[in-house]
Amino acid sequence: MKQTQMEFLVGGFVLLGLAAIAYLTVKLGAGSIVGGDTYALEARFTNASGLNVGGSVQLAGVPVGRVEGIRVDPVDFTAIVTVSLLKDLHLSTDTMASIKTTGLIGDKYISLAPGADESLLEPGARITMTESSVDIESLIGKMAFGSLDTEKEKAPAP
Amino acid sequence: MADAPDRILLKVSDLHKRFGANVVLSGASLTVPRGSLVAVLGRSGSGKSVLLKCLANVVQPDSGVITFDGKELRSDTPSARADFRRRCSFLFQSNALFDSLTALENVALPLEQTTDLKAKEVLERSMEALKQLELDVHSESYPSQLSGGMQKRLALARAIVTQPELVLFDEPTAGLDPLRRNAVFTMIAKYQRQFGFTALIVTHDVPEALLASDRVALLSNGQMGFEGTPEEFASSQDPFVTSFRDSEASLSSQLHSIRRGETIQSKES
Amino acid sequence: MVRSVGRYTLSIVQALGDFTLFTGHSFGSALGSRKLGRRVLRAMFEQGVRCLPVILIVGIFTGLVLGLQGYYVLNRFGSESLLGTLVSLSIIRELGPVLAALMLVGQAGSALAAELGIQRNSEQIAALETMGISSHAYLVAPRLIAALLVYPMQTALFCTIGLWGGSISGSMLLGLEPGVYWSAVERAVESRDVSECLLKAVTFGLLTVGLCAYHGFNAHRNKSATGARAVSASTTRAVVQSSIIVLAADYVITSFLI
Repeated sequence: MKQTQMEFLVGGFVLLGLAAIAYLTVKLGAGSIVGGDTYALEARFTNASGLNVGGSVQLAGVPVGRVEGIRVDPVDFTAIVTVSLLKDLHLSTDTMASIKTTGLIGDKYISLAPGADESLLEPGARITMTESSVDIESLIGKMAFGSLDTEKEKAPAP
Repeated sequence: MADAPDRILLKVSDLHKRFGANVVLSGASLTVPRGSLVAVLGRSGSGKSVLLKCLANVVQPDSGVITFDGKELRSDTPSARADFRRRCSFLFQSNALFDSLTALENVALPLEQTTDLKAKEVLERSMEALKQLELDVHSESYPSQLSGGMQKRLALARAIVTQPELVLFDEPTAGLDPLRRNAVFTMIAKYQRQFGFTALIVTHDVPEALLASDRVALLSNGQMGFEGTPEEFASSQDPFVTSFRDSEASLSSQLHSIRRGETIQSKES
Repeated sequence: MVRSVGRYTLSIVQALGDFTLFTGHSFGSALGSRKLGRRVLRAMFEQGVRCLPVILIVGIFTGLVLGLQGYYVLNRFGSESLLGTLVSLSIIRELGPVLAALMLVGQAGSALAAELGIQRNSEQIAALETMGISSHAYLVAPRLIAALLVYPMQTALFCTIGLWGGSISGSMLLGLEPGVYWSAVERAVESRDVSECLLKAVTFGLLTVGLCAYHGFNAHRNKSATGARAVSASTTRAVVQSSIIVLAADYVITSFLI
């Protein structure tokens, strides 16, 4: 094979390969919320089962942040979830955070419902109004044994 | 005259090499005067190839001294070794041509990889070497497309393109018929005079070697049993030499009679 | 019994050290090598252009079959919308790097081992050394350098075409909305997944091309066979060990990164 022809083919391959790498890293790897500046908030849940680091945070169905960390509060044994949100998204103090599921067994994500309060949550502040994830197994169990109406989801004390 | 130090290009003394329990060389010594054509004779298995491979640094000798142009070659003298490699070429029994490169690329390879010559100069010198060995019309052929004799010439072209002072030949006539053997020795002797390199040939073709060479050495049982001119070899009464000469002579006369028988038979049929 | 285990372990350790030295020496020798670029180009042609068809074919079928199987499994739970997640994470995290490396071993690695084995057999490697040309620099280094560049590219191409395969079977054949599929893909894949994928590709490239070159280069050290048999034995060994090392290294990398 001629040197020039080989150079041409290898050049074509390299361009194709670089395009594929760029597609993966830029288009997919960056995720749906692109880098940009973010700030952190905390939220306390009685039960964060199924929620993962990297999970999505949505507001009105739009991804606005991601779960950065999940840990247990050693004092009252609740789950403390750290989320990062887009910098220009200012939430009021009475914003409500709930853990929801896409589909029946899909990914868990945090859904934010904006409140009406005038004061805004500062970076690092804690969202007090939370709703924990629904434990599907116990839900099904309750449905099966008819004790659904006797217990209610308890929101943690603020 | 041959013993004056500046006349000696290569000197091997007391070389030892063993592979496991198999002792191949046990104190082999050899002197190669500058500009001469030295033939090392020996039966197969007498350690001729190993001696040559020790010289080419393909095999490491266990002990012994190799001196090239007054400088000793050891593993701890890399500069002397590099100098030796630059000034010495090795012709393999199998030619060892690169089958994925054309004849021209084969010849150009050592220049391209070991010198700082410009591409144009490399091409010129390679074409020149091919022309001198009458291979210039085959410069774009691959080794597999060339005949055995042309492959041998191509290997020689690759060996001399770097203008070496010493060329080592490992059994250049192995597996060739007597006619071709003669042609190869004639070729080596011719180019040796034309280019003025020193040649060391390892072979077991006694008559051809005696005709072509300036000096003959006989390797037997890992030691050099004889060193001298072809005339001295032919008239020597040394038991080593006589037994080797006689066995080779009887073998070759046997072979010749077999060949003659064959040709007679084939003429009859 | 205990002794044989010990001897076996020692031989493995020795082989590993030998292999590491071989690879390291090859990279080191590349520094002073002349006309290296042209040989890297040749190696990139062999590993890249020559292997591209098989990478694309295997990639698209992997995506197609993942899409098909995933769709029917997820359909039972009414979660077809997660098809993109399933396909993209399986391909980018595991199947892409592993299958691409295995295909490259099958096509380029075996050829490399056989070529070097034959060159060793016909004394071409010894001839290089007597000419003062480092056989590591001339024969091995360009292949290793090419592998570092080509493997990530081939893997990325495999992943891209695989994602398209998943989309074809999910949306065109089974009626999932393409938007649902692609949004799930984009949501699921993070930069960590992609960098893990490319890290795996580079590691596999180094290991497999190094191993194939090592076995071909050392075909003469085979104790059980000589000549053509030794070349075939070393080629087989190169392919088998490369395939095993891809899967083993994949497990190790995954367990470290997950």
